Amino acid sequence: MEHQEHSISIWFFIGIELVLYGLLILGAGIYNLFVPPANPVVLYKLHSGIWWGAVLFIGGVIYCLKFKPKKKA
Amino acid sequence: MKGPASLVSLGTIDVLIIAIYFALVLIIGFYLKRYTKTGEDFFMAGRGMTSWIAGLSFVAANLGALELMGWSAATYQYGILATHWYWIGAIPAMLFLAIIMMPFYYISKTHSVPGYLQLRFGSSSRALSAVSFGFMTVLMSGINMYSMALVMKVVLGWDIHFSIWVSSVTVAVYVGLGGLLSAIFNEVLQFVLIWAGALLIPIIGLIEAGGWENMVARIKQNVAGMDYVHLWSGTGSFSANPMGIHWVGLVFGLGFVISFGYWTTDFLVVQRVLSAKDLRSAKMAPIIGAAFKMMVPFIVILPGLLGLAVMPGLVGETQAIATGGHSYNEVLPLMMARYLGPGLLGLGITALIAGFMSGMAGNVSAFATVWVYDIYKPLRKKVTDAHLVKVGRWTTILGVLVSIGTAYLVMQFASIMDYVQALFSFFIAPLLATVLFGMLWKRATPAGGFWGLLAGTVSSIGMWAWVKFINPAALSIIALSPDAKPMSENMFRALWSWIIAALVTVVVSFLTKPKPENELVGLVRGCTELPSEGHLKLVQRPIFWAGVVFAVFVILNVIFW
Repeated sequence: MEHQEHSISIWFFIGIELVLYGLLILGAGIYNLFVPPANPVVLYKLHSGIWWGAVLFIGGVIYCLKFKPKKKA
Repeated sequence: MKGPASLVSLGTIDVLIIAIYFALVLIIGFYLKRYTKTGEDFFMAGRGMTSWIAGLSFVAANLGALELMGWSAATYQYGILATHWYWIGAIPAMLFLAIIMMPFYYISKTHSVPGYLQLRFGSSSRALSAVSFGFMTVLMSGINMYSMALVMKVVLGWDIHFSIWVSSVTVAVYVGLGGLLSAIFNEVLQFVLIWAGALLIPIIGLIEAGGWENMVARIKQNVAGMDYVHLWSGTGSFSANPMGIHWVGLVFGLGFVISFGYWTTDFLVVQRVLSAKDLRSAKMAPIIGAAFKMMVPFIVILPGLLGLAVMPGLVGETQAIATGGHSYNEVLPLMMARYLGPGLLGLGITALIAGFMSGMAGNVSAFATVWVYDIYKPLRKKVTDAHLVKVGRWTTILGVLVSIGTAYLVMQFASIMDYVQALFSFFIAPLLATVLFGMLWKRATPAGGFWGLLAGTVSSIGMWAWVKFINPAALSIIALSPDAKPMSENMFRALWSWIIAALVTVVVSFLTKPKPENELVGLVRGCTELPSEGHLKLVQRPIFWAGVVFAVFVILNVIFW
């Protein structure tokens, strides 16, 4: 669909999803930083939710900006 | 919805992440409905996909949830040998499809692989291939659906009926609305999600194990006596590796017949590439797919190896049920539960669901196309394009309903699963011989193509029945060794049935009259002038990138020899 300028690119949809997931995972990671879970996962000290959530969020923002829908001519 | 005996427990954030995924795939389906008005739109995605989208969709249609869980489990059971299904069992075939076969599929403007057989060999070969493909595809879809629902029950404690109906209705809605276009868009989305959800496991796992070298040392300590960490060095003898396999079977059975059969003639994957916008994109798509396929072991095989290192003691299903312990079939969800906290766990589970749905969407969209173009349309004298689209939408829903019916049938009679999975492999190897001779040998005749396909299929079924019902010891005859195991039998059976199909095709072709050359233009090498790529820069040529991918493939095999 990249050839049809009036349509929304699949990469934009992917960007949206990554932004949402990044925010949720980053938020959960930060929350757990202050309120540690009762049964922490192995290597909890890495706080993978924070940096992985941030990676997804930043990647999603880049895709949203790069592939945002164009207005019809 | 949730039972007490589940492997993992989801929190609110995790459930929200799964819900967002379902909402987005449905939104994409409704959005794309407006762009699927003609048959070309609905069944071929308008033949407008870029090489990247077609390539990712090509590899995603194969990357189902059972693939992820199954090969992680196989790695725990057999070690790094499972990687062969991703490298020797995929990469050469994908590159061959791109460089040698794609021009003929694409230039002939066929809608399907059975459609190519119609053009090359006539209606008998097309009908045999279409009926067997359609039948097997919906049955396999149902089996995968049931297996996935079972996984969701074990992992999350979800009700099996809930999993079957929610996931299949979602697939029916988005594929029914947007056809192949919708299936492809969602496959690309699902491919990204699978990586986003599964990539953390090997990263954190390697940190816990202390790096690759320490992981290997731990595996050797945990499972002493057998080589679990080398790809080829233990395959000189059936008894020197945990899979009971020989390199001859791996190279010729898996690397040639099974792999080439699946990746170059199974319409489920070939359909994705046929949607490319031009021939160069159609050739680049499998090459891009091959590059990503080569990386998949990082999220599938490595978690299995890490499981061997950090979670020793997982046992087979029967023993796990008897002792109340965990089976190695659960190694991937166990690794998820081990490393993934709130939110990340939801993403990991979403990756599994996404994998399942991409596989199912692939099945039903391919089924709808073959049903409409290769079974329904030839039976009708005059049909309009709009009518075909309408039938395509209904066929999609019908395909999902038959899949659901199969899932419930398997729930009642579990042994069906073994039979149908074996049945599916019956058609792959002979079809490869038929398509290869059709494309590369202009002397192959319509009668040769049909009788070769039929003889190969019947002989494959015969060999399977011989071992299954008459004489289990015949396995050692088919696989050429008393030490051979069932995995090896599959490969040798495929090899024999390919050879039989090829021989019959050649013999019958020499005894019958070939088609005139002017009828083979666009279908056969030697009769077709292929577009030159001489005006393209080196880095724009598919052959260059195929060479790069193949070089990396060789290097990886040497490194892990």
